Formats: sequence, structure tokens, C-alpha cells
Amino acid sequence: MVRPLGFLVGLGFIAALLCAIFTTPLSNEPNAAHEFHKHPRHLALSSDGLFPRWDLQKLQRGMQVYKEVCSACHSLNHVAFRDIGELGYTEGQVKSFAKGFQVPSVNPDTGEPATRDGLPSDYFPAPYANEVAARAANNNALPPDLSLITKAREGGKDYVYSLLTGFQNPPANLPKELQPATGLHYNPYFANLNLAMAPPLSDGQVTYADGTKATVDQMASDVTAFLVWTAEPKLVKRVQVGWAAALFLVIFCVLAYLSYRNIWADKKH
Amino acid sequence: MSFPWAKQYEPQQPLMKWLDEKLPLPRLVYNAVGAGYPVPRNLNYFWNFGVLAGAALAIQIITGIVLAMHYAANAGVAFNSVEHIMRDVNAGWFIRYAHMNGASMFFIVVYLHIFRGLYYGSYKAPREMVWLLGVVIFLLMMATAFMGYVLPWGQMSFWGAQVITGFFSAIPVVGEPIRVWLLGGFAPDNAALNRFFSLHYLLPFVIAGVVILHIWALHIPGSNNPTGIEVKDEQDTVPFHPYYTAKDGFGLGIFLLMFVLLTFFSPNLLGHADNYIPANPLSTPAHIVPEWYFWPFYAILRAFTFNFLWIDAKLWGVIAMFASIALLFFLPWLDSSPVKSSTYRPLYKKFFWVLVFDVLLLGVCGKMPAEQPWVVLSQIGAAYYFAHFLIILPIVSRIERPAPMPNSITEAVLAKHADDMSAAATA
Amino acid sequence: MASETNLNAGIEEGVRRRDFINIAAVSFAGVGAVAVVLPLVNQMNPSADVLALSSTEIDISAIETGQAIKTSWRKQPVFVRNLTATEIAAANKVPLSELRDPQTLAERTKVGKENWLITLGVCTHLGCVPLGAAEGEPRGDFGGYFCPCHGSHYDTAARIRKGPAPKNLVVPPYEFTSDTAVTIG
Repeated sequence: MVRPLGFLVGLGFIAALLCAIFTTPLSNEPNAAHEFHKHPRHLALSSDGLFPRWDLQKLQRGMQVYKEVCSACHSLNHVAFRDIGELGYTEGQVKSFAKGFQVPSVNPDTGEPATRDGLPSDYFPAPYANEVAARAANNNALPPDLSLITKAREGGKDYVYSLLTGFQNPPANLPKELQPATGLHYNPYFANLNLAMAPPLSDGQVTYADGTKATVDQMASDVTAFLVWTAEPKLVKRVQVGWAAALFLVIFCVLAYLSYRNIWADKKH
Repeated sequence: MSFPWAKQYEPQQPLMKWLDEKLPLPRLVYNAVGAGYPVPRNLNYFWNFGVLAGAALAIQIITGIVLAMHYAANAGVAFNSVEHIMRDVNAGWFIRYAHMNGASMFFIVVYLHIFRGLYYGSYKAPREMVWLLGVVIFLLMMATAFMGYVLPWGQMSFWGAQVITGFFSAIPVVGEPIRVWLLGGFAPDNAALNRFFSLHYLLPFVIAGVVILHIWALHIPGSNNPTGIEVKDEQDTVPFHPYYTAKDGFGLGIFLLMFVLLTFFSPNLLGHADNYIPANPLSTPAHIVPEWYFWPFYAILRAFTFNFLWIDAKLWGVIAMFASIALLFFLPWLDSSPVKSSTYRPLYKKFFWVLVFDVLLLGVCGKMPAEQPWVVLSQIGAAYYFAHFLIILPIVSRIERPAPMPNSITEAVLAKHADDMSAAATA
Repeated sequence: MASETNLNAGIEEGVRRRDFINIAAVSFAGVGAVAVVLPLVNQMNPSADVLALSSTEIDISAIETGQAIKTSWRKQPVFVRNLTATEIAAANKVPLSELRDPQTLAERTKVGKENWLITLGVCTHLGCVPLGAAEGEPRGDFGGYFCPCHGSHYDTAARIRKGPAPKNLVVPPYEFTSDTAVTIG
């Protein structure tokens, strides 16, 4: 019974699929944006590859760019002030850095919303109280949280770096429907080419404490390195532990293989 | 049941004797995976994957219990609690990445285990029950993996839940009420997340229970082997311990090495970037894809684009996707050939490799956006998938002429060694 | 004859080498298992965000003599009490030999700030919060704190005097950052 019934069921599915094949158009709808969309440019960082390490100077510069430029619109919800101790700051520096921020609090006498100086255990405060406020201030666009941005976008750090350095005038042959509308800015690394964020960086926008020249490319690369760290502060440790575990297992595999061969030595199989 | 020449458990120390009288648990283990279980001597490395699947299940249960100590199943904080695990919990990043990639390793191992069974005819009599229980485990795994993927409450979690529960709305009349009942709302939210968490915690233990039945059912006829010829006498077998414990130990080492490379060096390789964006019910990602182990089934789902007969395309897709797994329950009866191993089935062997290629193709189609040529390829791939099991297999098993087979496992082993020897001699 | 002995020795050595490899493989697996168990145990220790909350600052300017406040440090209640001269005298009058957990008031306060008694509000018996910090609560037979769970009485130096508790209320690590501010932890 199973075989004849199965045969009929199979024919049913195949008939439905054949009809589907012959009714589906074989060409895709043209997508002009595809032609102008560019793949992200590669950004090499010390945290890449099989032997990653953090370039603390670069991360500190990146944090400065975030604080002085990006933080005006973008939150960094998952990062606490205490975390930046890992960027090479002393406990005292972390404390005074935190103190420079006002974080939401409650007035202990009246219960009214208030602010107080930040503590190391506090998180970077968000620039807007909520999504509605953020959209209202940004022409209905929502600036995304940056804590995980290098993991939350296809292309990762390369995409973030390319986007920051990719603002340009639209090419002359850009079709009219792809031209940036008012309040939008042309960027070929962005999926639909037109981005609500205005070019955020300009040469000399920040003054680096270590004397590095603050070009757009330098700032973009620094802040991207910082955002790689915020997305995964345990990255370097992870790979180090990975090496230890892998080497251990290679030795174990050799021993286990020898043991296996020994036990089977007198058996043909 | 076991072969008459199986070694008997004989406790030596008084304590073990006492235990054997009161609760013969060591005897059970001895007969199940110890020296008391005679196993064909000619198993190849593809027979490692059963034990490896068990190891993967254990890893998932252990890391999962630990993660549940820190995770909060509430739509408001679920995403943050996962990030809390990644950043603040001691070794939390390791445990979370191990659990996330452990799921992928579990599926890799189980897929190899299934295709091993298909190649060597392990689903056939007298092992039909082993196969049926295996398909039940596979279904439970898929349900567990799907609900686990919802828990981080990222964009893919949310939209995955939306799409998968949307399958049910394809059922006429009762579909929409069922969907609302499953979700406890009109879209995935707190109620859905909480019940998914509850079931995601429960199902692995159900899987473990069915695994015990799977092994029990296996021990009645004993293990299959690459020749597909049943065990005839003692020289066909070796005791499971130490022979196969040693071999599985080596296999486990290789498995763990792969697992470590994935978890520590490229933990997000098999994941999707969008799941690091918190769930947003108002904005769909440009391109929704499930986890890789669902890609072939997702391709089958999307392949049906035509309202054939009185059933609309959406319902066809959903029926076909469930049918693609459900037909595995009938496999032992669809294939009527008495020969098990593909080694002696020249025609079946060719179609087996076509099926492997077909499933890989469907996998790629499931990953790709619904654009040409992927749509037409998934339609062809899905058509072959159903044709393979429901049409080709019954016909092949009727018309095929099996190759000459050795009389016993031992004869096959000795013939192989004689070949090796003469090859060595001529060399 | 000699060659036969060599052969036997070779077999014996072979057997031992074989055992050695099996033992090495199994012990290696054991070491690996322990290495994996460590993080699985360690994950239950306080996480980084919990440890970050390890110090609390309190403003004590509003606490008048004879009053006490309840605040919290590491999610545990803390009593800050501004002792009156009578209470200090009462505490100092008790001979140490009469105490279950002998300690002077001076040992439990900071030099020059003997009127500020800062203790955890956690009864050393089974962890209930004793009464006596808030206005109008019973202060027990010795004018300090009284734990209602099992009837432990603490005196004005928060030392155990009567009831089942074995120890005095714990004095947490703290320091005066100014005359009106205390940092606990």
C-alpha cells in the first residue's frame, strides 16, 4: 500500500512543482540600486586574524571620536564606564571619565527624574530618551545603537569603515529615482544608496591627545576599531583560549589515535 | 537480547556484587556500551557519528542549563540578558558561543549519521524501529533548535518565529486560530518567548529519552555494518569496549577539535548579522533566512509558487516541507530491496549521490534570496527530492541487480586484507 | 637462545608501551574534562556588573543624634546609627567577659567618630533584617536592635546579647570621605 500511495503523492508534488517552474518568470526584476551599490573596502586591524591583539592607543582614539562625534546621536547601551579600564585607563581615569557624564537618576527628596554624575558601574547614557525622541530629532530616521554594530551588519567592521568614509556626490548616470531626496546623503556602501546620516566626520574634527593627525580616514579607522572592541570585548581572549584548547585537542587526538591502533593491533577490520 | 557469545557481566568486588543485586545499573551499561555488546568488526568511521551525536546532545544540555542560569525570558530584557552573558558573566562568552555553535555541530553530526543510514541501508528490516525513532529525534531536534534560535530575541529570532508560526495560518479555517494559540498573541511577544523558553528547556530531555529508546531498539538486532550482511558468528564481532570505545574516543577528539575551531576562531560564521539587532516588530530584515540546517527545507517551502488544483501555493509549500520529513517514516517500506549496503547496489548508489548533491543544492537555494536562478533550481531540487524517495527508490529496488556479496562479514574483511596484501606484493 | 630472550623482552616492552599509551590518552581526556568544568563552575560566581556595584556612598548629614537610617550595600541592608552619649556610655559599661562575641564599641567604630555605628542589617543567626533602625520599631532588651525572626537582641553597639545569634552584627569596610559622607565597600 505504501508504495502505490507514495507514488501518487510524489506525482502530486512533482506536478505542482512543474506548474510552478513554468509559471515563474526566469528573469529577475531589474534592480538599478544593485549596480551602484559597492562592496565594503577592507580595513585591516590588529584585532583581525589568528593572533589578534588590541591596539590600545587606537582604541582610546576611537573612543574619543565616539564621545565627541557619534555620541551626539548614537547610543552605546551595552558598554559600561568600568569596561573602558580594558583600554588601558587607570581606575582613577575611569572614575573621572564616568564623572564627566550625567546619567538619569531620581531626586531622593522629591522622586522627580533627575541626573547625577556617572559612576564606573553606569552605562554610557543614550542621547535620546526613547525611540520617538530619536526619530523626532533626526527627520524620522533612527540612529542605531553602536555597541554591536560591527557584528550586526553584513560586512562587519569593513562596512562601518566604508560607510564612514564613503560619502560622495552621486554619479552623473544615477537614475532619477535613486537620487538622494532632501535630507538624504549619497553613499554607495549603504544598501539603498541614500542615507539619512549626514557625513559625520571632517578633517581635524577632533584633537587627538597623542598628536595623531585627525584625517577622516584616521578617525573612521579609529572609531571602527573601537566599535570592534565594544561589539566583542572578549575577542582577543577568545582566540587565545582557542589556541590553547586546539593544541590540547591535537595532542589528545594523536594519543587517542595511537591508543585506538594499539587496541586494534591484533584484529583485522 | 544479545548474541549468545556476548560476554557476561561478572562483578568482582563485593560492593559491585551488592550493587548488581540491588540495582544492576553497571550491568546495563556493560551490556549497552561495554564489553557485553558485540559489534561487527568492520565498522568504518561513519559509525562514529551516533556516539558523536550523543556527545553533542550532552554538550547542549550542559551548556544550556548553565545559560538558563543567566538568561531572562522576557521580551523586554532577553536581548540584553544575552549580551550580559557575553560581557559580564564569568566565561559567559565561551558558554554562549559553545551552545550556539554546538547546535550546528549537533546537526552536522546528525546529518552525517542520517546519510550513513541511507547509504548502508540501516533503515531496513530488522532495524526499522531504530530508523523511526531516529526520525522522531530529528523532528524534536528541529523544534528545539527553532525555539532556541528565538530566545536571543534579535531580528532573526523574531522574524523566524513570525514566519514559522505563519506556516500554520496556511491551514484553511483553523490555521489562524492555531497560530494565535501557539503565539499567545497576534505576533510573537512575551507570551511566545516564555513558552518557547519553557519548551526549549524541556525538549532536550525528551530527546535524551528517545535516544535511549533508539539505542535500545538498536541493541535488539545489533549494529548494521558496511557490508549490510547480518552477523553470523562470533568471529564477525568484537566487544564494543575496548574496541569501539577506543575508536569513538579518537572520533570524539576530532569532533571536539572542529568544534573548538568553530567556537573560538569563527563563532559567528554560521550565524546571521541581523540577530545582533534587537527584535523590532515594525521592521522586517531585507532577507529572512533560517539557520543553515533548515536551508534545504526552507528551499522546499519556497519552491511552491503556483496554486495547483484547489490548494494555494502557500499551503502546498507548508505541506511539502512537512512531507519532506514525514516521508522518511515510510522509507523502510518504500525501499523493498533485500540488499542493505550501497556497496552491492550499483544503481541505488548512483541515485544516493544524486540525492546528496540535491540536498546540498537545496541548501544553497534556501540560503539565497528568492531570485532567479535560485527559485527554479529549488523547484527542480524539490522535485528530485520527492521523486527520489517516492518514485525512483521503489522502482530501483525492483529492477536493480545486486552485485555479488560475500557470505559473511569475516569473509569480506579477509578478502579486503587479501587485496591489500596482493596490492602491497605487486607494489 | 639469546635471540629468544630478546624477543620476549620485546613483547613485554610492547605490552607496557601499549598500556602506557592507553593510560596517557585517558588521563589526557581527564585533564581536559577538568579544564572544561572550571569555567562551568566559575560562571556561578558574581558577574562583572555585580562586582562593579561593590561600593556605596552615603550622605549622613541628615541623621540626627539618636536616629538611624537603613541603606543598602551589595543588595544587603546597612544600618547607619548616630548614637547618643547615653547609648555610647551604656555600650562602654558592659564588661567584655559578659559578651558572647567580645568587642568594644571603639573596635566597631572609627577613631573620633565613635557616635557613628555602621553595621550590616543582617542578623547573624539566619539572615533576617533586625528591627530598630526606623523610628518606632522595637529595639530589644538592650536598646540596640531586635530580630523578630528568632528573638535575637543586640545592644547599642550592635553586639549580640540574648537570643540564638552567634555573632555581633557585621561592621562592613567603610571610610569617612568627609564629615558628612561615608563610602562603604
